[in-house]
Amino acid sequence: MRPARICSPLPSVRLMIEAKGLTKRYGDKTAVDDLTFTVRPGAVTGFLGPNGAGKSTTIRMILGLDAPTAGKVTVNGRKYAAHAAPMREVGALLEAKAVHKGRSAREHLLALAATTGISRRRVDEVIAITGLTEVAGRRSGTFSLGMGQRLGIAAALLGDPATLILDEPVNGLDPEGIHWIRNLLKGLAAEGRTVFVSSHLMSEMALTAEQVIIVGRGRLIADVSIAELTAQSRHSVVVRSPQAAQLSGVLAGAGVRITSAQTGVLEVEGLDAETIGRQAAAHGIALFELTARNASLEEAFMELTKDDVEYQAIAAAGMTGSGRSTR
Amino acid sequence: MTTVATPIRLTQARVAYSEWIKLRSLRSTWWTLSIFAVTTIGIAVLLSSIAAAHVTAGKHLGFNQVTLSLYGAYLAPLTIGVLGGLAATGEYMTGMIRASLTAVPTRLPVLWAKLGVFALVGLIISEIAVFISFGIGMAILGHAGAGISLGQPGVLRTVAGTGLYLMLTGLFGLAIGAVVRNTAVAISALAGIMLVLPVVTNLLPATWTAHFARYLPSSAGQAILFVRHTSGFLAPWTGLALFAGYIAAVVAIAAVLLKRRDA
Repeated sequence: MRPARICSPLPSVRLMIEAKGLTKRYGDKTAVDDLTFTVRPGAVTGFLGPNGAGKSTTIRMILGLDAPTAGKVTVNGRKYAAHAAPMREVGALLEAKAVHKGRSAREHLLALAATTGISRRRVDEVIAITGLTEVAGRRSGTFSLGMGQRLGIAAALLGDPATLILDEPVNGLDPEGIHWIRNLLKGLAAEGRTVFVSSHLMSEMALTAEQVIIVGRGRLIADVSIAELTAQSRHSVVVRSPQAAQLSGVLAGAGVRITSAQTGVLEVEGLDAETIGRQAAAHGIALFELTARNASLEEAFMELTKDDVEYQAIAAAGMTGSGRSTR
Repeated sequence: MTTVATPIRLTQARVAYSEWIKLRSLRSTWWTLSIFAVTTIGIAVLLSSIAAAHVTAGKHLGFNQVTLSLYGAYLAPLTIGVLGGLAATGEYMTGMIRASLTAVPTRLPVLWAKLGVFALVGLIISEIAVFISFGIGMAILGHAGAGISLGQPGVLRTVAGTGLYLMLTGLFGLAIGAVVRNTAVAISALAGIMLVLPVVTNLLPATWTAHFARYLPSSAGQAILFVRHTSGFLAPWTGLALFAGYIAAVVAIAAVLLKRRDA
């Protein structure tokens, strides 16, 4: 189904998104401020930040929908508009529904496909991939948010593109749909494609992305891998024992922090679960529970941005606030 | 229609085909076209019937019965003009424009394709409507002995030219829509220019308006509706050419804005 071209790109073609000093100002408001980043192929890269951080504006500049005030952004080595077959290079899902409500899903896709000579067969294929076969003849105005999102993803897949840019793809999807999109994104990246996905949910990114580009107020805050981010985060081990006080004494040492929120339960930082288990066994201490606990990536995110005090409060509010409302 | 051998790339012809799919796949297109055809032909029936009654009463009509049968053209801004406007603003009002311009990031091919497809569809529908209007009108007037044949001097030019005028009015709506990007504003602007402006001009002292009234877009375009030269109007083709010139100017503004503005 996938043409060879995608899997074995020409050596000279750089399958990546590169932004250099990308800036967008609306009057005296700066939406995107001197963003420089590279999105590499073969992985899902998350584009993370609270609502209003400039993610959508950045994506619109990548696609040439908005003109940058300064800086530039290229896709696969060129400006998006300079490609002979743009839909072949980049498939995009935009945040706002970019569909005429009066047109059926199939006609919408046919019209987009026609511009670049994409076949009718491919239109039916993407309709099937996105699970819209039964509703393809219906006017898109009657679609639920989730179906609209699937239609947007179908449009993004039309050109079988080397690069996919998706703005908040899980918005409005039901749990089954969210699961589907996660696997779709991972599958597309595994095929060697560049997959760039924006989200305001760190928890969502933790499940799909390998790399995250974090922005706040239009500025780049971090460009790190999820692994690095997790490594930076706080680890602790929860231990439940009838001899908690004795265990606490055994484990105490340099670099070890032990807290107890409730009788018989310790939270230990600075030691891993294995060490604690062995120590307990060596001292004949019974353990009822031994649980390694990683701080959530939301916490890691805040840890990462803690120096940016002014920003932190807004980021934290944005993350958790939006997270709750979405679920 | 596309074979495996066809290279996948953007071409103006393909964008035009895409615009045809867009136009034909909206119910509003067919509704608006039906309303356009029904009003154009309906007015021909109505006015020709009234005129036929006058003819039997012994009134002389000259060639004006041709214009009467084509009188529906005066409502064009509200019918085919609305359709043209919707073809442009519908994309902005729904957000479709972002999908269209993502597919065609060079942008201008979308505008050319919209204009081209609309010109072709608009011309075919308009010519059908005016020839049916003329045919029915003359059949009604013929019973009263006041029918005029297409073969008489200037008649074919008037009927076919009226079709052109209708199509151009649609293009005018499209071009205005592409500039203002909002349906209500586009329709108001088109109706203002084509229907209100001439009325306001009529209210002003003739000594003022005599200099420019014939150059207004409405008067210029409608010069083609008369078989014989009519005072207060330019020569038929001169008028229509001026009307086309106004449209070209608005298209030029639309093109510049399309290229410059964020979508």
